Amino acid sequence: MDNLNNLMQGFADVMAPLNLLLALVGVVIGTAVGVLPGIGPAMTVALLLPITYGMEPVQAFIMFAGIFYGGMYGGSTTSILLNTPGESSSVVTAIEGNKMAKAGRAAQALATAAIGSFVAGTIGTLLLVLITPFVVDFAVSLGSPDYFALMLLSFIAVTSVLGSSRIRGFISLLLGLTIGLVGIDTVSGQQRLTLGVPQLADGIDVVVVAVGIFAVGEALWVAAHLRRKPAEVIPVGRPWMGRQDWKRSWKPWLRGTAFGFPFGALPAGGAEIPTFLSYATEKRLTKHPEQFGKGAIEGVAGPEAANNASAAGTLVPMLAIGLPTNATAAVMLAAFQSYGIQPGPLLFEREASLVWVLIASLFIGNLLLLLLNLPLAPAWAKLLQIPRPYLYAGILFFATMGAYAVNAQPLDLFILLTLGLLGFAMRRFGLPVLPLIVGVILGPRAELQGRRSLQLSGGELSGLLGGPVSYTVYTVVAVVLLWPLIRRFVVRPLRARSAA
Amino acid sequence: MSSQVEERTVEDSPPPSRGGDRAQYGVCVFLALLGTAVIVDALGIAHITSGTDPVGPRAVPLILGTLLVVLAVLYAVDVARGGRGEMEAGEDVDLSDGTDWRTVALLIAVFVANALLIERLGWVISGGLLFWGTAFALGNRHYIRNLLIAATLSLTTFYAFAIGLGVNLPAGVLQGIL
Repeated sequence: MDNLNNLMQGFADVMAPLNLLLALVGVVIGTAVGVLPGIGPAMTVALLLPITYGMEPVQAFIMFAGIFYGGMYGGSTTSILLNTPGESSSVVTAIEGNKMAKAGRAAQALATAAIGSFVAGTIGTLLLVLITPFVVDFAVSLGSPDYFALMLLSFIAVTSVLGSSRIRGFISLLLGLTIGLVGIDTVSGQQRLTLGVPQLADGIDVVVVAVGIFAVGEALWVAAHLRRKPAEVIPVGRPWMGRQDWKRSWKPWLRGTAFGFPFGALPAGGAEIPTFLSYATEKRLTKHPEQFGKGAIEGVAGPEAANNASAAGTLVPMLAIGLPTNATAAVMLAAFQSYGIQPGPLLFEREASLVWVLIASLFIGNLLLLLLNLPLAPAWAKLLQIPRPYLYAGILFFATMGAYAVNAQPLDLFILLTLGLLGFAMRRFGLPVLPLIVGVILGPRAELQGRRSLQLSGGELSGLLGGPVSYTVYTVVAVVLLWPLIRRFVVRPLRARSAA
Repeated sequence: MSSQVEERTVEDSPPPSRGGDRAQYGVCVFLALLGTAVIVDALGIAHITSGTDPVGPRAVPLILGTLLVVLAVLYAVDVARGGRGEMEAGEDVDLSDGTDWRTVALLIAVFVANALLIERLGWVISGGLLFWGTAFALGNRHYIRNLLIAATLSLTTFYAFAIGLGVNLPAGVLQGIL
């Protein structure tokens, strides 16, 4: 019951008028920026992170919760009205959502997305409250070798499970790890890869990396291939749903939530798999199979709920263990670190009030989102028509401002540009972005934990094998890495035998 | 990060060229050079180990550098076998034409100008120029209107973030006026 009291205290903190206003501002800017084409939730959070630099952590996190859910919701609006998802997690929403919009049912598609997101977000946050303490209890018992193994699993997961090409995933990861290496080694105090530049001694700020790769890279990439005739936006009125729509939506919302949350909480989960699973399930269970592919409301309700529930799920490993499982969580982790706060099991002891304020803000932000988005949808739709030169000029403008604000040194702008060019090249050569960001954030911590483990064993490599947890994790890592071989020599012969 | 959902018909995508995507070899070279640089840098670090840190600061960079070189080779093999990464699509991206290097070069020039000028001129002026210049580079020719938008944007952000929220933005030459 202790947690319940903490949560109530969190709500009490958020309810102060100024804090409530910040939550509202966060939701509005988060949605507005998230709606803009080309800007996914992760970029939204990265671009808006610097505006909270002058604030107290509590205030900043209240605003952040709003930005987080706002950015998520904004992305689904874009995919429904433009057929152009900002992130791979909204791909499925676009399939039926855009068809609905084209058939004149944009209002219903947006409504089921908004209400479904609210339902899934609320249930997901509730599950977060219930489950996180157990994960924390588990995480407290973990030692350095276990953490090292878990981070290794994270690396392998983002490179091998997500994305289409392992080798390209690993390249991206290694680039990220190398960027994370820059600066003074925390253990020995030696400078690494600083090229003698004093400003690099503190390393390259994760925010600069995220903004450079996401925002500047994207702006340069689009600028080089700008479509001269912008895509068509479908006009929309105020979202609403009829009786029939409610009847067809509520079960997909709940099923989508059930898919989304557990996948989000897994180290290699993400939102892509649950949204696809939810879509496939709804397609099989629907009473209107003829509408699928032509704009079935179940195909929007389920995946959209799955997407939001998985976003809530990603916060479990992010807060309790300090492991980010998707790009947005990675940027959120960077936000914590920029306040000198290290997510992980101790977070709930040391910064208990902050965590519970954040969780309470997630509930409030989710509710505000619903109240705001139903009436404001037509205004958001107008944002989609913003002339592209202004859109990308604006992205570069805010990216520059944010990166400069981190340390107030012009050198960061040159680093930002270099990273932007790297982001450009990665888009050109089809290298995924997520492994790089995860590498930058987790790399230094993985090294630290690895070295601590070896310290205990006096340098013997056996020190990396801590206990049952690390054994299990290494087994999973081995299976994931060897999966192509296993499939070829174990799964296929077995299948062939059972078929025979 | 973005992906296009519209079913792309086969004739939409550029025909796969015979020799594969040769530019990818450039990436291999880059990775190999980067790996070498990381190794060289690591060898220059004093090898300090102690009872509390038997590994020392050199081990990880040496491992990463080696892995970079190994991956460069593996990637080259993959490219030689015809492997190619899919270029990122998006709502505003048209991949049927080639890369518009002129726009990219202009954007980089504007960006560098801002980085050089931001401390002297201050965010309001240099940020405004940044917005105006990027809009120009991206093909917008409403000079006066853009100037007004740029000025509004940079003044608003300065007052809202630097003065209102305490974000670090330089006032520059306008120190005392703003």
